[in-house]
Amino acid sequence: MALVDEIREIGRKYPDRRGALLPSLYLAQKEYGWLSQEAYETVSEALNLPPATVKGVATFYAMYRKKPMGRHLIQLCTNVACMVMGAERLVDLLKERYGLEPGGTTEDGRFSLVIMECIGACDRAPAMLVDTDFHSDLNETNIFEILEKYK
Amino acid sequence: MEKVLLKNIDNPDSATIKAYEAAGGYQSLKKALDLEPKKIIEEVKSSGLRGRGGAGFPTGMKWDFASRDPKFPKYLLCNADEGEPGTFKDRPILEKNPHLLIEGMIISAYALQAERGYIYLRGEYPHARDVLEKAIAEAYERGYLGENILGKGFRFDLSVHQGAGAYICGEETALIESIEGRRGQPRIKPPFPVNVGAWGMPTVVNNVETLANIPYIVEIGGEAYAKIGSSDCPGPKLYSISCCVEKPGVYELPMGTSLREIIYEHAGGIKGGRELKAVIPGGISTPVLTPDKIDTPMDFVSLPKIGSMLGSGAIMVFDDTVCLVRVCWRAMRFFEHESCGKCTPCREGTGWMRNILERIENGFGREGDIELLQDVALSISGKTFCPLGDGAANVVLSFIRNFPDEFEYHIKNKKCSAGEE
Ligand SMILES: Cc1cc2nc3c(=O)[nH]c(=O)nc-3n(C[C@H](O)[C@H](O)[C@H](O)COP(=O)(O)O)c2cc1C
Repeated sequence: MALVDEIREIGRKYPDRRGALLPSLYLAQKEYGWLSQEAYETVSEALNLPPATVKGVATFYAMYRKKPMGRHLIQLCTNVACMVMGAERLVDLLKERYGLEPGGTTEDGRFSLVIMECIGACDRAPAMLVDTDFHSDLNETNIFEILEKYK
Repeated sequence: MEKVLLKNIDNPDSATIKAYEAAGGYQSLKKALDLEPKKIIEEVKSSGLRGRGGAGFPTGMKWDFASRDPKFPKYLLCNADEGEPGTFKDRPILEKNPHLLIEGMIISAYALQAERGYIYLRGEYPHARDVLEKAIAEAYERGYLGENILGKGFRFDLSVHQGAGAYICGEETALIESIEGRRGQPRIKPPFPVNVGAWGMPTVVNNVETLANIPYIVEIGGEAYAKIGSSDCPGPKLYSISCCVEKPGVYELPMGTSLREIIYEHAGGIKGGRELKAVIPGGISTPVLTPDKIDTPMDFVSLPKIGSMLGSGAIMVFDDTVCLVRVCWRAMRFFEHESCGKCTPCREGTGWMRNILERIENGFGREGDIELLQDVALSISGKTFCPLGDGAANVVLSFIRNFPDEFEYHIKNKKCSAGEE
């Protein structure tokens, strides 16, 4: 199904099709890799909303990608429980090993890193998402064993 | 206590409708659809159930308000945003016992005569989304959702609405804005969502755990339920406990279990046998406690008496190696990031508090910084649309009140005292 049709289909789940805006932004992000101008315009057309409205909503939410990202997105939590369990050291190590900084992308375009605000896995801290895969109980060794599987 | 909310989650198939039904699932729905909707609201009222999302509002009363509003359609929204740092109690229900939540929602919708429901699920739980969508599809197949449920003429449609990484969307009016496809900024109350909620219609927002209690209340009756745990706010409660304990996790216990019992009996005590220094009882927004307070029952009535709150029941335990100034600073970085920007005191104040805490933590603290922090915090408390700002102020005020020496030491000695023997 074309993206526009897919979005209109989701709109049927809501009494007012603007309700479909958040799910549509996810779909557009998947299709285009990030929320480019083209992505905004497609959503805007499908939902009959001004592009400025679409962009205005998207920029409020942390999980929409407002710039191009690497092939794999690492979302690492450093909130209090993860911090107490050593997440800050992992941030340093990602920088040492891959030259990867929070909010940045590796030169080879392999990884992007975003710091996440509480991933809801405080009992298995530190934890992260790589794309949509969840990984927990991270330490200085296993984080790299995990990341090496993402090429 | 027999497990109600986490029943069967050790069964690897617990998320399937087959396993759920085999353990007696969806029997309460069958029973409920033979009752008058009003009767269910009465049962929930007499159960004494109070909302598990943080505020502890009586669920039956909330439903009654929405039910009395003559406007239709009505909406039922499940708050699965679970964003309060330290909280991971809804996760096992969402990932391992989704049908309990779905059954709870169908019964609730019937009681409210709501035709449409959404589960507002945080974007950070992609696995839960897959589980829920599969479970919802199974429930449609079985005739528990959709038109003419179980041939009783009641219709209810349910879907998942995925959030996108904004803590504030856990606040019920911001959640409604977000479902409507807007920036998640809270609305002023009143009017309350029970009268003017999603798309201007009467709307009930309930937490995952609250809704997951409903099938059990219908099964055993409100009166019997009211006998479980604390008499002022009864029922089973999910406590999530993390940081410096031997066995962090989610524990289902009677409401009102003491912090001491949860930390030392269930969670195995402080990690490595170290000393307890501080404990946050209900998620990062709730005031921190000193170790002498741990005999307090964990419920909505007892914690306010000692200056804190039950919040989401998310216990964070800090031992003597943890720097509390750093905890405070990290918490403030969170609030600064998550402030929606609508109210000036919260938008500006969280940033300033983070700034001051950062310089104290980095050894650049100045004399008067403690008073300055308190002044900024008091300029936020009670001056914002929603309680996010109050939560941020709570952190600063309670950490300074309970651990003044640690802040003073940082400012005077330009370093930390934690972990020094
Ligand atoms: C900043 C903020 C964040 C909140 N986050 C959540 C949340 O993640 N989950 C939740 O159930 N309630 C959250 N709440 C509470 C909701 O506003 C609301 O009280 C609750 O969903 C009502 O459900 P209940 O009566 O079943 O507890 C939050 C409140 C505030 C002020």
